[in-house]
Amino acid sequence: MRVLALLIVLFTGGLLVYGIEDMPRWADPQSPPSVHVSPRYIEKTVEETKTPNMVTSVLADYRGFDTLGEVTVIFTAGVACLLLLRKETE
Amino acid sequence: MIDRYENIVIQTICRILIPFVQLYGLYVIMHGHYSPGGGFQGGVILGTSFILLMLAYGLEASLRRLSLKALTVFGSLGVLLYSGIGLVSLLMGGNYLDYGKLPLPIASIAEIRAMGILGIEIGVGISVMAIMTTIFLAIASYDTAGEKNG
Amino acid sequence: MVEYVMGFYNYWICVVLLMIGFYAMISKKNLIKKLIGLHIFQTAVMLFFISTSVKRGATVPVAFHRQGELLQAIEVQQFMNPLPHVLILTAIVVMISTTGVALAVLLLIYRRYKSLEENEILRSIR
Repeated sequence: MRVLALLIVLFTGGLLVYGIEDMPRWADPQSPPSVHVSPRYIEKTVEETKTPNMVTSVLADYRGFDTLGEVTVIFTAGVACLLLLRKETE
Repeated sequence: MIDRYENIVIQTICRILIPFVQLYGLYVIMHGHYSPGGGFQGGVILGTSFILLMLAYGLEASLRRLSLKALTVFGSLGVLLYSGIGLVSLLMGGNYLDYGKLPLPIASIAEIRAMGILGIEIGVGISVMAIMTTIFLAIASYDTAGEKNG
Repeated sequence: MVEYVMGFYNYWICVVLLMIGFYAMISKKNLIKKLIGLHIFQTAVMLFFISTSVKRGATVPVAFHRQGELLQAIEVQQFMNPLPHVLILTAIVVMISTTGVALAVLLLIYRRYKSLEENEILRSIR
């Protein structure tokens, strides 16, 4: 059983290393994630929202709807924990 | 059930340190505009201070200071604050969560957006603090032997 | 050869961590060890995603300011890409929620079956 698991793990690792050849290089300034939308967020963050921290302004202003979903996720996890672990009264 | 830790060094040090940890958590929430930080990070630090109180003084003494009912109220209050700010923007004629239309007495639009960001970060911090403490409390006060069951 | 290694070594480290977590999930028999393997897997995915946001010679994505006013003009090549950091903050919160609910379910399983080993639970179900 353990030998079978080890073989599966090595095979998956080999497939992943083979597929890495198409990824952008380490620390490339012209990689596709840094070219399309982020220059606009970096340049306009202080003049549109007076916030020098770019991560907070993107999280709370430009993408605020996703943060609303995230607060709902953590609230649901807390409610699920309370419902599962209640004390049984008569 | 977690009991009180019977060592006077630990009880004294925790009693002195907990207000400073809470002050640091509030600083991280409020200073999210100018340095790394924000709502989630400060909320987790605030929740850690309550977990330290529970580990040092036992569960009954901590529940006398902060009951489970108050924790659930805080958890819902954070989500209400976040959605409430979005709803006020909708009622004032803009889109949902459009901070430019909030009715604040400040001149420039950029500063109103900064105040809107601060408002929702406070809501997120309150909710994360309550839920961290609730998850720890629910897991720690569950008896797995089933001897208290009726 | 050196160029090839220096171009991709961060992805290889993430693949090693992924495979460690995956092996722990499929071959251990204790339920808590499987949960720890899931946690390692999630952490490796987060490292992989954040490592695509680095630029050569760039600094933390906070502009140089003094009490809210800019000290020098913002150049795009000087700051790291802030978008993956934002998405991974959401992923960290989802990781916490998943681990919390999974631990609560494990407590209920222990109370009902009095054991946390996979083969003993399966034997007492059948």
